[in-house]
Amino acid sequence: MAEKQVIKTRRLIIIGGSSGSLEALLKLLPKLHKKFAIPIIVVLHRSGQADNGLTELLAAKTYLQLKEADEKDLLQPGWIYLAPPDYHLLLEEDGSVSLDASQKVNYSRPSIDVSFISAAPVYKERLTGVLLSGANADGALGMQAISQCGGRNIVQDPEEAAVSYMPEQAILLCKTADVLNVAKIAALLNSIAMD
Amino acid sequence: MIATGQLEELLENILSRYGYDFTGYSRASLKRRIDGFYVKGRFTSFADMQRRLMDSTAYFMYFVEEVTVNVTEMFRDPAFYQTLREKILPVLATYPFIRIWHAGCSTGEEVYSMAILLKEANLLHKSILYATDLNQAVIEKAKTGIYPINTMQQNSVNYIRSGGKEDFSGYYHANYNLAKFDEGLAEKMIFSTHNLVSDSSFNLFQLILCRNVLIYFERDLQKRVLELFDQSLDSLGFLAMGSKESLRFSSIASHYQQIENKEKIWRKSR
Repeated sequence: MAEKQVIKTRRLIIIGGSSGSLEALLKLLPKLHKKFAIPIIVVLHRSGQADNGLTELLAAKTYLQLKEADEKDLLQPGWIYLAPPDYHLLLEEDGSVSLDASQKVNYSRPSIDVSFISAAPVYKERLTGVLLSGANADGALGMQAISQCGGRNIVQDPEEAAVSYMPEQAILLCKTADVLNVAKIAALLNSIAMD
Repeated sequence: MIATGQLEELLENILSRYGYDFTGYSRASLKRRIDGFYVKGRFTSFADMQRRLMDSTAYFMYFVEEVTVNVTEMFRDPAFYQTLREKILPVLATYPFIRIWHAGCSTGEEVYSMAILLKEANLLHKSILYATDLNQAVIEKAKTGIYPINTMQQNSVNYIRSGGKEDFSGYYHANYNLAKFDEGLAEKMIFSTHNLVSDSSFNLFQLILCRNVLIYFERDLQKRVLELFDQSLDSLGFLAMGSKESLRFSSIASHYQQIENKEKIWRKSR
């Protein structure tokens, strides 16, 4: 029963992005506070071929711990989990992650929609979705699901995004999303995580 | 969307009606697949879907095909196949007879990949490849050795990345939009249905491949399946898993050693 209580208070942030999102992420990660109290999942479209040092690159840019997610990892505050290439990442009721090698969604695996839609009913109002630059509509339907389940959405300002299409599609589908530049996204996430 | 309680009710009913046990499957992925099935089937309600599944065995088998993941490609993760080629096959070559089990073989791409490796190492004549899946429909596809021609380009790229030196197109015959693999490759394959959740060990093997299957199982079921593999593996045999799977946390881990280059292949020590 005590375990259930913990789950009910568990919060989560999922950051998604495609082309042009790496530079946004490299600006965002160093701004996240050392004592950031919510686990973060990062879902980036990346090529299925071997890890090209992305984990090390991102880990070097943050005060937080960062790893590529393994199946059944139990999400911990203070950690950033990178979705592995060629797997969708889904969220379980017990606070762990599942991996899934099924068909690509929006030409992508991992797909941002899959993670958003899976997390939305599990984390409800305790979920924040963040969508960065990209040339694909992945993430937009997911943001709609997050918003329907009471969660919060933040979209990178299309004016700032290297590729504006992905943020624009999300804003079209999800009118309640906060539209912010990277510096303001970082400030907002820090304030959410220090509540 | 199916509510959590409805999902549990459905899984229990499927188990008692058909004997297929999905209760040990990880819920997030299973729920997503069943939600997808629900949308695709245009059911009017959860009860409507459940009634159709309980009324018709044929329809239930279609459900099994739809909710289990059957995405696969040849030489998936080329570095893994390169390791099989360079590190594992030379060890298997020392045996008079090689028995290999592809557990959860889906439509068989991995089995044909293995047959090609064995043929190139001149080991196919003394090998036998057992390929099993819980899903009858994918087994039937695997038996034909026929795949869409448009997947061959990626397969060929993977083959070359895995260290293949031959002309990959020499292994199949193209006919319109289909490619059929040489029947010689399939001569040593035995296809059969087998459910890792409920069926027992049926032979002893020197190599078991079960890649991207255990990710769909909860921890307890993973442990049981790994024990089944342990019972089915010769001492000094090899167990190969998917790139994000591991023997960590399992009861059998203590007598297995991961191979040196960190590919997801473990060798049984006793």
